[in-house]
Amino acid sequence: MSLFSLLGAVEIGLIFALVALGVYISFRLLRFPDLTVDGSFPLGGAVCAVLIVAGVNPWLASLAAAAAGAVAGLITGWLNVRLKIMDLLASILMMIALYSINLRIMGGPNVPLITEPTIFTQLQPENMADYVLRPLVLLVIVVLAKLALDWFFATERGLAIRATGSNARMARAQGIHTGAMVLLGMAISNGLVGLAGAMFVQTQGGADISMGIGTIVIGLAAVIVGESILPSRRIVWATLAVVVGAIVYRFFIAAALNSDFIGLKAQDLNLVTAVLVTIALVIPQLKRKLAARR
Amino acid sequence: MLSAQDLHITFNPGTPIETRALRGLSLHIPDGQFVTVIGSNGAGKSTFLNAVSGDLAVDSGRIEISGQDVTRLPVWERAQRVARVFQDPMAGTCEDLTIEENMALAHRRGARRTLGQAVRGPMRELFRERLAILGLGLENRLSDRIGLLSGGQRQAVSLLMAALQPSRILLLDEHTAALDPRTADFVLQLTARIVAESQLTTMMVTHSMRQALDVGERTVMLHQGQVVLDVSGEERARMDVPDLLQMFEKVRGEKLADDALLLG
Repeated sequence: MSLFSLLGAVEIGLIFALVALGVYISFRLLRFPDLTVDGSFPLGGAVCAVLIVAGVNPWLASLAAAAAGAVAGLITGWLNVRLKIMDLLASILMMIALYSINLRIMGGPNVPLITEPTIFTQLQPENMADYVLRPLVLLVIVVLAKLALDWFFATERGLAIRATGSNARMARAQGIHTGAMVLLGMAISNGLVGLAGAMFVQTQGGADISMGIGTIVIGLAAVIVGESILPSRRIVWATLAVVVGAIVYRFFIAAALNSDFIGLKAQDLNLVTAVLVTIALVIPQLKRKLAARR
Repeated sequence: MLSAQDLHITFNPGTPIETRALRGLSLHIPDGQFVTVIGSNGAGKSTFLNAVSGDLAVDSGRIEISGQDVTRLPVWERAQRVARVFQDPMAGTCEDLTIEENMALAHRRGARRTLGQAVRGPMRELFRERLAILGLGLENRLSDRIGLLSGGQRQAVSLLMAALQPSRILLLDEHTAALDPRTADFVLQLTARIVAESQLTTMMVTHSMRQALDVGERTVMLHQGQVVLDVSGEERARMDVPDLLQMFEKVRGEKLADDALLLG
């Protein structure tokens, strides 16, 4: 693999590290199977792209994308907590709704950003290649996000969210308003995913309505790969594992797609992802069975 | 002080499986009293406890804690006044969190959750001190996941957690029922000690008549969603399990006779 495609894999991996951090919060901490991300990822991308085209500062546009994602998460949480719609179904409803909303925001199926300024072009020094700069900028953003989450989930408020996901009845008995904690957690989770969408459109040259398909599976794959590399329930290690998992996962995907002898092409990405996630989900069961047999 | 007035709860009203769990239950527990609650299956013990904690909404009636009407408050808003230990040892703690994180949650029971660090230095000292009471060596395992502990150990920690914050009412829901006899005995002694030390107003539901008479200072028997027996002081001190059983049979007989009359 060339340096160019290696850095490309790292770049995409870092973007999906943000998605994976969000998925970790909903699936692992809150135990809320949240498919909203398939909609909030392109939502973040759409909001960011449209704002940049309208002349808004790319940093501000990225922040707005995160905020839009957070609102989407908030609504999914609200559907579940207040309207008592089953969690998975609530998130599917939101995902479907976002498809139309994203088309409305973009005013069409895509918004190109080829010549527009992005956070990356703004930071671009003359003596550095853009494919080196992008992963570096993303690395800083991902590390900041990871550290912020580490801090937050060690606070009283963050601990209340973790307790809500782990044992809601106990959390309520300790005076925790579990419904509010679900909303807050979902907002943070999808806010990160919205931010990831903003990064994606700024590195890939534009927003596209289909960019969200399979986001949840890729995020989940990153979480699972990370957990098998670095198994720990401590937040500090778990968030690191998730980030590493996202990069390793994209690295494997790039390797698979780049190996001509396998004959895989870019359009096989989602199939490869689904197969890999299935294998990753089955391996722990097989391990247990083997251990029991001994 | 806990005051329950004329509580009614009916499950599945208007259906063939309608169950009138509470039928005008009234009970008054003054400050600092330790009451044990007995009754057969379906007598309404757990329903009553869940009504006080806020897990179940009452159809009618009024619940007051220290003079404040809490009838319509959700569980999390009552938590400032009510501490609870569940029957299931796994239910009272978060298995994914460490011992100190669980205790930190209880340390802030009923308080606003801020953006300050949940576990702080001085807090750890307090937790160690409390855990040392148990004599299980848990004071050296603050950062272990609580899921690694046995059921009995977790129940003991739940009890400590219930007493970390001053509360007006302590609810114990057959909290020794799921433990082996020796551990159950240990947890029961710990209960008596913690209740005495913190002078908590306590309501303990139990299946064991022995337990009901051995701990606390007042015993209440529920039957068909009402208080049918209420003994304390001298009378209770003289009582033994056979006496209680006899009274229980008598109550049930009378009830049967009553119902027979009604039906006739």
